[in-house]
Amino acid sequence: MRAFVVAVFAFLYLPIALVVLFSFNAGHHASEFTGFSAQWYGKALSNPFLVEALKNSLFIATTSALLAAFCGTAAALGLQRVGTRTRALFDALLGAAIVVPGVVIGISTLVALVQLFAVVNPFLASLWPTDQPPRLSLGYGSIIAAHGLFSMALVTMIVGTRLSSLDRNLVEASSDLYATPLTTFRSIVLPQIMPAIIAGFLLAFTFSFDDFIIAFFVAGAQTTLPIYVFASIRRGVTPEINAIATIVLCASVLLVLLAQWQLGRRKPSP
Amino acid sequence: MPAGSQPAFSMRRSLFRKNLVTALLLAPAAVWLVVFLVLPFVAIAIFSVGERAPEGGYQAALTLAQYANLPARATAFWNTMVLAPAGALACLLVAYPVAYYLALRAPQRWRLILLALIVIPFWTSLLMRTYAWMYILGGRGIPALLAYVGIEDLRLINTPGAVLLGIVYGYLPLMILPIYVSLERLDRRLLEASADLGATPLSTFLSVTLRLSLPGVMTGFSLVMILLLGEYLIPTLLGGGKVFFIGNALVDLFLQSRNWPFGSAIAITLVLVSVVVLIVANRISTRLSGARRVDLI
Repeated sequence: MRAFVVAVFAFLYLPIALVVLFSFNAGHHASEFTGFSAQWYGKALSNPFLVEALKNSLFIATTSALLAAFCGTAAALGLQRVGTRTRALFDALLGAAIVVPGVVIGISTLVALVQLFAVVNPFLASLWPTDQPPRLSLGYGSIIAAHGLFSMALVTMIVGTRLSSLDRNLVEASSDLYATPLTTFRSIVLPQIMPAIIAGFLLAFTFSFDDFIIAFFVAGAQTTLPIYVFASIRRGVTPEINAIATIVLCASVLLVLLAQWQLGRRKPSP
Repeated sequence: MPAGSQPAFSMRRSLFRKNLVTALLLAPAAVWLVVFLVLPFVAIAIFSVGERAPEGGYQAALTLAQYANLPARATAFWNTMVLAPAGALACLLVAYPVAYYLALRAPQRWRLILLALIVIPFWTSLLMRTYAWMYILGGRGIPALLAYVGIEDLRLINTPGAVLLGIVYGYLPLMILPIYVSLERLDRRLLEASADLGATPLSTFLSVTLRLSLPGVMTGFSLVMILLLGEYLIPTLLGGGKVFFIGNALVDLFLQSRNWPFGSAIAITLVLVSVVVLIVANRISTRLSGARRVDLI
């Protein structure tokens, strides 16, 4: 059995290792490693389209993860204070946000937003004093919102789990000692759930940064890194893509390790 | 804050304040869920009973014509309905021994490290991981190596087999985790009791271990299967347009041929099938033992 497990781990990691190895290949072909070179990294990072896509992805992932961390934490705290029925409704919707396939989230958001814009844009135009009214369209905003949906549900789940294992006695002791609810929250609850919030933020960032299918539908004229990579892959495999894949894989691994480390922390360091 | 002069009034006021805070805490999430989950779903439900406008897009109507037209995409449904369960089953067969080893056999100090090594690929880009296999299976990868030893013209990429491999590779972590969780919570004394009562290791495994881990198996199976029903990247990159999934049909209908009402009908059907899969899996696992929740991280 141990041999089988070792084989599975090799199966999981060898393909990734191969991409990393060949990103340093001096030659152009996957079949032979002709020498060590970092030239593809230079080529990738001097490609203006790629850099633009990378910047877009970083901006979208940061914004949607921040929004998700904030709203998700608030929701997790709020859900501690409501009755079972409201809680069940929220849990069902949050569960749906996580389980519904990305392709369905993508197309339904596309359909709803296009309809919404068709109503709102003429209305805005009629109100606007000048000839150039602002037009709502698909782009940063729609990707951030659609990514944020999954991420927020994720943060609510992670923070909620941490909240339910929180020591109630500490909260009671704090209010017995005449701390205001806000002080109790700041000095007792927040430090305890902070690792969960950070972990949620990091995973939300990773999700948004890696997502292809949702962004594919709601990106409008914008390009994210996965959309750019997908389009290039379909034109053919190049070592430049290996370099970008290596950067993205390393970044994701780092973020997930950070998230796990945060979740593993029982008590915050002083 | 000083207490009010009238106790009843003060109490009502503090109750009101408490409810207000709760509402404010829940409001952003509620708005988000309604605007970007519930409304979009209602929108595609309405679209799915509409008609296609002549220039593409939507025209209001109340008809089941889109649903009656579903057989037009029968190949996509057929491929998905065959390869999604087959992929989930293949994942399960690889995942179970790994989860078993991690939960019951691995040395304690290695367990968390090994578990982290399972979780990391799950959270790294599926696009990049699938791309790795494109690289390996593509003309300059394994086929080129095999050509050295005299096996020529072997086609690996753009076959159903390549798609199945990609599926196992992509979704293995998601299958291992719930099974690990259910095995890890298993009461070890049951295994000892079974052995003490003279059961062979095999019959202990079948009647105790396997049985008690079935909720985890069902959770993993249904999660993987539902995500596979909406899969697009793996069939596109490793199936090369020869192995079409429902996800491919949806991308085509929404982004290329712009038949939104028909696409919406397919999407609604997809969601309904997912719900059925979830309900069946849930039934099976609650019947076998109490429901377990999944930890994705």
